[in-house]
Amino acid sequence: MTESIRLTTPLKTSDLEKLHIGDRVFISGMLYSTRDAAHLRLFQLLAENKPLPFDIQGHIIYYMGPSPARPGKPIGAAGPTSSYRMDAYAPALIARGLKGMIGKGARNQAVKDAMKRYRAVYFAAIGGAGALISKCILSSEVIAYPELGTEAVRRLKVESFPVLVANDVHGRDLYEEGIKAYAC
Amino acid sequence: MREIPVENITRAIRDLSIRANTDLGADVLDAFHRSLETETSPVGKEILERLIENAAIAHQEKIPICQDTGMAVVFVEMGQDVHVVGGDLKEAIHEGVRQGYRDGYLRKSVCHPLSRQNTGDNTPAIIHFDVVAGDGFKLVVTPKGFGSENMSRVTMLAPAEGFSGIRNYVVNRVKAAGPNPCPPTTIGVGIGGTLERAAFLAKKALLRPLGSENPDPELAALEKDWLQEINRLGIGPQGLGGRTTALGVHIIAAPCHIASISLAVNIQCHASRHKEIAL
Repeated sequence: MTESIRLTTPLKTSDLEKLHIGDRVFISGMLYSTRDAAHLRLFQLLAENKPLPFDIQGHIIYYMGPSPARPGKPIGAAGPTSSYRMDAYAPALIARGLKGMIGKGARNQAVKDAMKRYRAVYFAAIGGAGALISKCILSSEVIAYPELGTEAVRRLKVESFPVLVANDVHGRDLYEEGIKAYAC
Repeated sequence: MREIPVENITRAIRDLSIRANTDLGADVLDAFHRSLETETSPVGKEILERLIENAAIAHQEKIPICQDTGMAVVFVEMGQDVHVVGGDLKEAIHEGVRQGYRDGYLRKSVCHPLSRQNTGDNTPAIIHFDVVAGDGFKLVVTPKGFGSENMSRVTMLAPAEGFSGIRNYVVNRVKAAGPNPCPPTTIGVGIGGTLERAAFLAKKALLRPLGSENPDPELAALEKDWLQEINRLGIGPQGLGGRTTALGVHIIAAPCHIASISLAVNIQCHASRHKEIAL
C-alpha cells in the first residue's frame, strides 16, 4: 500500500499508466456489475460482432451478484465474487475497450497479457465484505438480462469504492508478489 | 414419544437462515482479533480490521455478511423417540429455507446444474440427518458460500501414502486454492470412511467453534502442525500476502477400508457461518 489515489469512471489510459500494484484506490462514478451468466451472453455478442447492451469503453466491470435490497436501500450485500471464473471472457472485453475489473482472487496469464497489451487494470476488493461495500453504492439499476436475477447486468453509482491494484498495466501481480513476500 | 409439529421446524429454519447470514459467531470474531496481533502484513491487518467492521454493519443493519448467502446446509440431529407431526419433515425444512431467504433478503443462488435455471427460492436445502438416542431434536443451519466450496476437494489415497501423504494433500490443496476461497479460511478435513463419508466429515468438522481443541489429542496435534504449515504459505488475508491464511484446521477421522484413505478438504471462507437450536 504505497498511495491513496482517487479515480472517477470512465477511466483514461493516462490514469492507469500511473497505477502500480498495491496502490490503494478509491473509485467514484459508474460501474457495471456482471458475473458468470451475463458474461457468457456478452461474450457471445462479441463473437457475433453484435453491440453490447452497455458501452464498456473506458469502463469498469465489477464481478458481483448482490443480495436483494431491503426496502429503502439501493442494494443488499455487494462484495466481489471470484474473478477466475470470468477469465475465459475477460480478454475479449479488454480488447474491446474495458479498462478495469474489480473482483477477488488471481487472474490467469491470458487476462494478464491482455491487461498489459491493451492497458487495463485489475482491482481487488475485499471478498466477503458485502455489508461494508454496500455502503459505498449509492444506486443500482438493472440495465440488461433482468431474467438472470442476481446475475443481471447492473449499473451502479459508487462513491469512494475502496480497492487495491492487484494487476497493473506494467505486468506486475500483487497476488504473486504478496504471497512470495510472506512465505517462509 | 415426544411430538414436534412441523411448523416449529419451519420457523426455526427460517430464523436460523437469517441469523446465520447476518450474525457472525463470536468464535470467528475472536479469531480475527487474535490474528490481528500476529499478522505482520499491513495490508493483511487492514483487511482483518475491515472484516470486523463488515460483521458489525451486517449485525446492526441486518445486511448479509457476504452477498453469497450460500446453499443452505442443514444438519438435523433427531432423537429416535421424537415424532414429527403435522406434515413432511423434509418439506418443512425446505419451507423454512424458502421463508428465511425471502424474509431475510438473502440471495437465491441455487440453480439447475445443466440448464442453470434458478429455482428462485434457494431450495432445495442440503439436509443431513443423524438419528440419535433419546428425544432431543437439534437443527444447525450453515449457509455455504461457493467461493470456498469450489476450492474444496475429495480424493482417495493409497494406504502407503500415510500421514505425510494426507498432510501434503491438505496443505497443497490450500496452496492451490490460494486467494480464491476468501482467506483467512477454516480448513475442514475428513479422513476415512467412504468417498461421500469423508466429504460429509470435512463439512461437519467446520461446525466446531474456532479456537476449540479437538477432543482427540492425536488429531489436536495434527491440527496445530498443519495450521502452522498452512500459515507459512504466505497467502494471507484475501491472498494478498501475510501470515493469516487459515484461522483453524478441524479434523474428523473415521475408520476406512484396508485398501484406502478417503480424504476430503472442505475449505470455509472467513465468513464461517452457522447457527443452531435445540427444539
